[in-house]
Amino acid sequence: MVTVKFFAMLKTLAKSEGKQYEISSPITVGELKELIKKDFPALAGLIDSRSLLVSVNQEFATRTTVVKDGDEVGFLPPFSGG
Amino acid sequence: MKEDTVSELVRIQHEDFSIDSEVKRVMASSRGIGGVTIFLGAARDFSKGESITGLDFEHYPGMAEKKLLDIRERALKNFDIIEMSIVHRVGKIDIGENIVLIVAASAHRNDAFMACEWAITELKRTTPIWKRETTQKGDVWVSQTP
Repeated sequence: MVTVKFFAMLKTLAKSEGKQYEISSPITVGELKELIKKDFPALAGLIDSRSLLVSVNQEFATRTTVVKDGDEVGFLPPFSGG
Repeated sequence: MKEDTVSELVRIQHEDFSIDSEVKRVMASSRGIGGVTIFLGAARDFSKGESITGLDFEHYPGMAEKKLLDIRERALKNFDIIEMSIVHRVGKIDIGENIVLIVAASAHRNDAFMACEWAITELKRTTPIWKRETTQKGDVWVSQTP
């Protein structure tokens, strides 16, 4: 099971805090994005944006980072703390 | 430094903080401190020409704390400072209230100034915290912080 978490504007657009995905073998962040685009069409325009960061197990990741069973993947809009 | 002391120095919390208490906490770390710089971020009532009536901050629990701890560690390593604390509030914040406090302490003032400025810039760049502004047109997520 891979736990996907949405934050801030992504959560608002998706009307969801995220989703859990069953995967039979490891996939890349890019492949996971394709699954998310199908499940959450409202995010399709944003999910490939260069300003959107992705984390795997709370460390910054790239499109080619491998996601395994048990991982937590965060989709992070541009930060606005401070 | 003990882990429980570090967790007091670097925090994300809903409740307001006391600037005096945070400065004292940092100063208690060494009698060699000769200068303390603070950055206080506060909730202003306007943004991009719009009137703002309130703010709401969300964070990624766990990752945001980790990023703040990392900023403190890198500040201690890369600047000639003695101690640094970082406290950020989340949840609903009214106009005029405190949002974030960074305290940097050093033997001499220049190092504290530089470390404090670097730390708030790094916080805005690397820490998964998001601000939602309440405007007359509704609530708006802020996507970029200058």
